[in-house]
Amino acid sequence: MRNAFADEITTLAERDSRIVLLSGDIGNRLFNDFKERYPSRFYNTGVAEADMIGIAAGLALGGLKPVVYTIASFAIYRAFEQIRVDLCYPNLPVVIVGVGAGLGYASNGPTHHSCEDVAVLRALPNMTVLAPADAWELRSLLEAALQLTGPSYLRIGKKGEPLVHETRPAIQIGQALEIRSGSDIAILCSGTLMPQTLKVASDLESTGIKTSVFSMHTIKPLDEKLLGRLFRDVKLVVTIEEHSRIGGLGGAVAEWKADHFQANARLLRLGTPDQILHHSGEQEHALEMCGLTVEKMTSAIRQASAG
Amino acid sequence: MTASVDELHLIARRIRKTVLELSHRAGTPHLGSSLSCVEMVVAAYWGGLKLDPAFAADLSQDRFILSKGHAATTLYAALAMKGIFPESWLEDYAKPGSPLGEHPSPGTPGIDVATGSLGHGLPVGIGLALASRIQGRDDRVCVLMSDGECNEGSVWEGALFAPAQQLNRLTVMIDYNKWQATGRSDEVTALAPLREKWSAFGWRAVEVDGHDVAKLVYWLNAPPDADGRPTVLVAHTVKGKGVSFMEDDNNWHYRIPSSSEVTRALAELQPL
Ligand SMILES: Cc1ncc(C[n+]2csc(CCOP(=O)(O)OP(=O)(O)O)c2C)c(N)n1
Repeated sequence: MRNAFADEITTLAERDSRIVLLSGDIGNRLFNDFKERYPSRFYNTGVAEADMIGIAAGLALGGLKPVVYTIASFAIYRAFEQIRVDLCYPNLPVVIVGVGAGLGYASNGPTHHSCEDVAVLRALPNMTVLAPADAWELRSLLEAALQLTGPSYLRIGKKGEPLVHETRPAIQIGQALEIRSGSDIAILCSGTLMPQTLKVASDLESTGIKTSVFSMHTIKPLDEKLLGRLFRDVKLVVTIEEHSRIGGLGGAVAEWKADHFQANARLLRLGTPDQILHHSGEQEHALEMCGLTVEKMTSAIRQASAG
Repeated sequence: MTASVDELHLIARRIRKTVLELSHRAGTPHLGSSLSCVEMVVAAYWGGLKLDPAFAADLSQDRFILSKGHAATTLYAALAMKGIFPESWLEDYAKPGSPLGEHPSPGTPGIDVATGSLGHGLPVGIGLALASRIQGRDDRVCVLMSDGECNEGSVWEGALFAPAQQLNRLTVMIDYNKWQATGRSDEVTALAPLREKWSAFGWRAVEVDGHDVAKLVYWLNAPPDADGRPTVLVAHTVKGKGVSFMEDDNNWHYRIPSSSEVTRALAELQPL
């Protein structure tokens, strides 16, 4: 996904000379092309994430469109107050791109995990929170985020994620994409667990449970129209995300459901547990520890739909 | 000093050997970063500080924090050699379930602080130094940081605070290898002149050769500053030190050595 980001931002910068890219001393050769083409519009602001967000705020105030790139955990946790005060309070159009969000850097250990980033950013007024399912969605969302008049967070994977879409989908921020249809259960997935989610859906389907899947690429603002329809029409709504069950997509949907007591369907939230994931090994193993494999998710959903 | 300089150099070569093998076997990056700070870790564990495994839970022990946590393999090699955890643990380094992850985890024997997110070690080290002063102890705290880490605001916030509290039993070592992840550290930010910056912040700031283990040991054992200043050793180093084809080549921030590269590197580290 990071390669798609580098490629897309280089293309977009051609069309819009206000785009400025900041990186927090990561992405070794990733932006070589960008740097070569727009040398005055790329800055490595160093291992100094709080400073980087403040600088982005200044650039935006000065009439530019800054895009900030670093490892998700450092971008969000280190610079949280700068994001709140410098970006959200004045509502400045800055796009923060967090790479390896969730467990993309699993093997680096808990300092590099970001399973609470959506929870904290979602609580901030004016913030838009985006989580593409694949590189194609990333490209569309990046373009759309650059049209926003306020701050946004693009939570992306790292590298080599399988593609979900065959071509670039038309995407509207705040409107989920239906990836497959089905009338018994609806699965809402945000982010890079989409390939696994689609496998879960086809496994459920093979035992007669008709399952629809939506890419909730926008976690804030929530697609409330879709929620209204799904909670009326299906018996179980499932959320899947590489994020804590506290405060992510699942949390957002649970809040919505609490506010809409006429909602019929039950809700199952799948995500990472409320714990520091010590000694997790690679991403695949970390997902296994969290119960986020195809087998475990399928059986959790089967159980919930039977109950 | 308990070990001779020759012995310290031998220990350093053995640590480099372990670091190379770990990176190769587990396929983990930051090899150049680990090789860069070997002498500083050796000086701390074998020459300077009281870090006796038998008294690990004893608060009057000295403390060492590897704030540049991405050089974890150097720390692990030292802790294993010191017997703070069994050498056999190294075999499972970075595997699922192993206490030895790519970055140091608190709870692992000999490790108090989660490092890996740069800019955490100094503030925590200041807290430890303050705790020992409040409780009337005279143990020392040593924090090893990287030059890129000095980009972080939290470093300079700590740099301002420690002298105000006259924490003269605190020593910071800066692995000044002139590289960070994606560029020269003096170009990404205006780090130079680094010693003068710390000095202006109120530290006893000394420039040393970061591979001169005897010098490092000397400074770790130097009497606390009479004026109460904490000490910072601005240690000039070479990233990838000890392996000719890795020295000052920042590709080894990310690259993983092949088995033939490990063999060539080990040949340069003789005698082991
Ligand atoms: C807060 C934070 N931001 C970004 C990173 C990603 N990162 C890992 S190592 C590194 C820089 C390495 O350079 P330096 O700190 O000088 O250490 P060296 O490897 O040269 O010894 C960066 C930016 C991090 N670990 N922590």
